[in-house]
Amino acid sequence: MRELTLHLLDIAENSISAGAKNINIEVEEEIPSDCLRFSVQDDGKGMDAAMAEAITNPFVTSRTTRKVGLGIPLLKAAAEACCGSLTIESAPGKGARVEAIFKRSHIDRMPLGDLADTVMTLVIGSPEIHWRFLYQVNEKAFEFDDQPIKEQLEGVPLSEPAVLHFIREYIEEGIAEIKPAVEY
Amino acid sequence: MNKVKSLEDLKRIREEALQKRDAKTISGQKQVIVGMGTVGIAAGARETLKAILNFIESENLNEIVVRQTGNIGWDSYEPIVQVVIGEAEKVTYGKVTPEVAMKIMKEHVVAGNIVKEYAIEA
Repeated sequence: MRELTLHLLDIAENSISAGAKNINIEVEEEIPSDCLRFSVQDDGKGMDAAMAEAITNPFVTSRTTRKVGLGIPLLKAAAEACCGSLTIESAPGKGARVEAIFKRSHIDRMPLGDLADTVMTLVIGSPEIHWRFLYQVNEKAFEFDDQPIKEQLEGVPLSEPAVLHFIREYIEEGIAEIKPAVEY
Repeated sequence: MNKVKSLEDLKRIREEALQKRDAKTISGQKQVIVGMGTVGIAAGARETLKAILNFIESENLNEIVVRQTGNIGWDSYEPIVQVVIGEAEKVTYGKVTPEVAMKIMKEHVVAGNIVKEYAIEA
């Protein structure tokens, strides 16, 4: 994968597979401390410490269609190559939180990529989940919670063109307003 | 963005959408599903889904449900898109780039003709 937001999407897909009802995504760029981090927190089925350790190994996966899972091991390798880390906090029945940290200016750090596209994919593609998204750049923040939108719509699908337009503009503008001018 | 104004916009959007629904005879639900497993994402599924959403927005197409799903099980054909129209059998498409997605939207989802050259299971 060539963008961190594709990894972010992949991690969020794991939360959906874990049966989560509420998923919180945070992306933070802190320029003074040269840190870029993102996390996905869910209230899905969770896992024990042994499984949390094991899924960083490419030959372990909960899936049944194939015996290897590469998403988390690849992200872990990418973070560690940039003086960063990947941590998984979880317990059975308690959901999971996956956090990846990168040295922002590291020459091997993948570009963040299109954050708005990743958020749109999740919010529109899995409307039964309550999504909350926080993007923070230094002291500025953009927050998106899809619950008030869904309440207003009273059952009108998110994939209606006018709704798509509204959500896309809202997210794109919110992100663009605080996104740093330079990637590294 | 002014949040209060935004929510008022949504109320208007909802009322317009409901009016359109009442005025239309329902011709069977249309569902477009994009496989968003690790392999799909790496192969470009996010861009494929984006192209589908952009098409719906630019062509102003109502009543199409777009969903993402985990791995569908055809890794070498990713990105995978499935189309279900009303009671008809689900059609699975493989190697769906954004350009192919537009073709599927135009020819299958809108016009009702399966795009045979990209169908891997019909």
